Amino acid sequence: MSTPGRPTVPSLHPKARLQHDDVRGRDVLLYPEGLVALNPTGAEILQLCDGIRSVADVVAALQQRYGATGRSVERDVTAFLAGLAAKGLVTYGS
Amino acid sequence: MDPKPLWLLAELTYKCPLQCPYCSNPLDFAGPRFRRELSTEEWCRVFREAKALGVLQLGLSGGEPTLRADLEDLVREAHGLGLYTSLITSAYRLTQERLAVLKRAGLDHVQISIQGADAELSDEVAGTASYKDKIAAYHYTRELGFPLTVNVVLHRRNLHQVESLIRLAESLGAERIELANTQFYGWALHNRDALMPTKHQLDDAWRVVQRERARLGSTLEIVWVLPDYHEQYPKPCMGGWARAYMTVTPAGEVWPCHAAGRITTLTFDNVRDHPLDWIWERSDAFTRFRGDAWMPEPCRSCPRKTQDFGGCRCQAFLVAGDAGLTDPVCSLSPHRHLIDAAVAAVESAAGAVEWTYRAAPASRALAPFRDGTGLAAKG
Repeated sequence: MSTPGRPTVPSLHPKARLQHDDVRGRDVLLYPEGLVALNPTGAEILQLCDGIRSVADVVAALQQRYGATGRSVERDVTAFLAGLAAKGLVTYGS
Repeated sequence: MDPKPLWLLAELTYKCPLQCPYCSNPLDFAGPRFRRELSTEEWCRVFREAKALGVLQLGLSGGEPTLRADLEDLVREAHGLGLYTSLITSAYRLTQERLAVLKRAGLDHVQISIQGADAELSDEVAGTASYKDKIAAYHYTRELGFPLTVNVVLHRRNLHQVESLIRLAESLGAERIELANTQFYGWALHNRDALMPTKHQLDDAWRVVQRERARLGSTLEIVWVLPDYHEQYPKPCMGGWARAYMTVTPAGEVWPCHAAGRITTLTFDNVRDHPLDWIWERSDAFTRFRGDAWMPEPCRSCPRKTQDFGGCRCQAFLVAGDAGLTDPVCSLSPHRHLIDAAVAAVESAAGAVEWTYRAAPASRALAPFRDGTGLAAKG
């Protein structure tokens, strides 16, 4: 969760790797003994999680890219990252 | 839509310095069927064909895969293709230098077995003094930044150590510990009476696992592979026959799982004779039990068939005598009494049963070769 004044910076856990799956035409997140299939938005979010951008930066980048306003992008990004964090695939630093 | 494989288990060699009595390798691993190992170039071609077919996860296993001097080259090729590579090793004599080379070659994940929580039991079960090497290798693995899985096969002789094993994995900073109750194939089936746990042991261990899962949360993933003889319904073996998984054995035969080669009523094809996509899509071994058209009753009309796929074909063959039957573990199977009898035997057994260690001389004695070259041949 992001709190004002203390930005949380999401990054992919080193055990996980983003990979394009040519055969099925999608991106996947690979990790020990498992994988998560990603939709295009999910893959885009993860590509923005570079260990430098905060959650707010990721949201802002996506809003700018799609000309979106309002809270829906923030809700989607937060929920998506929380799901991966619960699997230990995304970690938060600051 | 036809299924595409996601997983490939590459059994690079059946040579192994350890002699674990539950080994999943075939009883006849020392025989001519597995002798002429694939070359580096042949394995690289298999990896390329697997990637083109849809495989994303590659397990490099054996036997002991680090006995292959070209392991680094194989990892480099697999990594270059974008495969997520896991090394599944005993870590016997595995050095930090070798692991560092593998890391540079692109290896993603290391799984190191351990046979008990202390040197005495671990070395006894392995039949080879290897505990010290394993502990050293766990530390190297973490120092090099690999995600680490601690692999344990559980049975009558080590189930009481589940708590110590979890604590060991925790202290090593492992990502995962895989507590796999023995599945009875290969050497484990041969040694079933010696390995079969009691219900009481399993209940105690399962209580520990639940408690430790609650304590550790996502710090350490505890995988518990069910002891299927003690279950009411069969496991969804391999997520269904030929749906997501394939094993390539050291000399190039391709199997729908690492135990399937024992099914004598199937024909297995070889990567030396056919491309992998042909084997996946067309070969007898892969098409025979794909989908549910093959299913007999009680599976055919059972609502669980989409969850468990009729269970395990190997178990049906090995225990009930026909790979096309319902897994005899299922309480609805007319052969369930065979499973119950094996479970009951251990409950009433007076003393410990000796096991046979997995080793080449025992392999040659237990599985005489039937191709006319084996028994008569020297060595």
